[in-house]
Amino acid sequence: MNPAAYGEQVRRAWVIARKDIRVYYLKGPVLIFGIFMPVFLFLAFFLGGRQLPLAFLVSGLVGMTLFFTSTAVSPAIFPWEGQARTLERLAACPVTVEAIVLGDMIASTLFGIGVTAITLLIGLGLGLPLLHGIVLGFGILIAACCFSGLGMLLAVPPTNLPSNIMMLSTLLKFPLVFISGIFVPLEQMPAWGLTLAACSPLTYFTDVVRYAFSGVHYFPVMVDIAALALFALVFTAAAMRLHRRSMPRRL
Amino acid sequence: MPNVIEVESLIKTFGAITAVDGISFEVRRGEIFGFLGPNGAGKTTTTRMLTGVVPIDGGSVRIFGHDIQKEPVLAKQRFGVVPETSNAYVDLTAWQNLMLVGDLYGLGRPRAERRSSDLLEILGLSGRRDQKVKGYSKGMKQRLILAMALLHEPELLFLDEPTSGLDVQSTQMILGLLRDLNADGTTIFLTTHNMEEANRLCDRVGIIRSGKMVAIDAPERLKTAIDREHQVEVSFDRPVPAEAIAGLDGVAGASRTGDVWQITTGNPDLTIRSLVAFSGDRGVTILTLNTLAPSLDRAFLRLTGEERP
Repeated sequence: MNPAAYGEQVRRAWVIARKDIRVYYLKGPVLIFGIFMPVFLFLAFFLGGRQLPLAFLVSGLVGMTLFFTSTAVSPAIFPWEGQARTLERLAACPVTVEAIVLGDMIASTLFGIGVTAITLLIGLGLGLPLLHGIVLGFGILIAACCFSGLGMLLAVPPTNLPSNIMMLSTLLKFPLVFISGIFVPLEQMPAWGLTLAACSPLTYFTDVVRYAFSGVHYFPVMVDIAALALFALVFTAAAMRLHRRSMPRRL
Repeated sequence: MPNVIEVESLIKTFGAITAVDGISFEVRRGEIFGFLGPNGAGKTTTTRMLTGVVPIDGGSVRIFGHDIQKEPVLAKQRFGVVPETSNAYVDLTAWQNLMLVGDLYGLGRPRAERRSSDLLEILGLSGRRDQKVKGYSKGMKQRLILAMALLHEPELLFLDEPTSGLDVQSTQMILGLLRDLNADGTTIFLTTHNMEEANRLCDRVGIIRSGKMVAIDAPERLKTAIDREHQVEVSFDRPVPAEAIAGLDGVAGASRTGDVWQITTGNPDLTIRSLVAFSGDRGVTILTLNTLAPSLDRAFLRLTGEERP
């Protein structure tokens, strides 16, 4: 066994993901948040947007659920671990910073997909037809990776105070929701709005979900998938590189 | 390869402050190396660089021939670390913590389970293996950390103040285990403030002051090299004049506390003979007679500039 080989480091990243799920995700408050958040979001959408078609509402809801849940816990893990000094344990173990980041991303991705499945069940339970299930599944997987990568990027500032990171995270996440075609269809946006929307990965995921449920989409589906994959790669690479630099300053 | 750790011109700076200033030393295979120094001397920073936790700013560290910066994973795979502060996951049980470490070091599950059972038994934690660590005492946490560091049977063990603040039972258990591990061939790098611990355990000690290594040697050689004067304590059954004691052969200086004379000498054998002869000539009876060898404490204080020779 070569502990430094890529395959072995990926295996150890999976070990870190399992630890994250057990320590940070399988907690009562986190699980309750995971179950209630899509339900409340749905009620808010349903009550506040009766004039919009159900397929549009559910698409936005699925997009928001995956976005918020995939970026909910991951930004706080590094600060939590730094505070509890468990990050020092990981730093002294034969795992690379990249493997630690990948492990945190895997846990976040799985949590996001799990909670989003609840939202999808709500949509399907309301009789919404799923026209392109495979595209939706693929889109959810890539988008979950992409949003988890964004979550890890938000954790880069070397503070061990989770509240600081969560504030930064909220400041970035909420504006993204408003420019991503969730509340206003892309077709109705002005040119400057479309330019902003094109900069948000959430736009492409919401477009994929709309296509999966209604067959309607703004960008070609391949563009949506390619954009999500590109964002995922950039976020992941940037998170790994920046954490390598900032992690020693947490210790 | 005789050297397990090779440190050359190691430097670490924090802004304008140089915490570690070009230190060089080696740790040989199979020895217990004590790393001593006053607070803020750079011990923990050095240990963190040696274990790859923080990057180095200059010089090099090789562990089993692996450069800690270029091949950190290969180096880390071969050592275990026991930090001063417990860093187990408190929301996991002892068993879950051990399985996590086993997985992180690539141990197969059967081997991890067998080693965990053995270590928990040796360290007296078997009965609490399924209890979350948040309910553990400080001593129990420290023993668990030691078990986690030993799980993958490392050839080298770094310990930072492993017995600091522990009760006598935990301290003795840990020190006994360290001796056994060393007897079985494990090299130990021990950072400590406890001179008695360093004196009893270490084959060699290195003393760091203000980021610079001021001495490296075996404790006995270090003590005699730094402080060549022995102390002899003697008491008689009745008072004797100070000038009579001070004038004896071999006596470099004498002072009295209560009825005990503290005599400084470079030649304890000659001094004892003089005292016995003095006792016979004057008809006074020696009640107590002790020789005190130079202590590591004094050597440490002199080397770290906290006591003038």
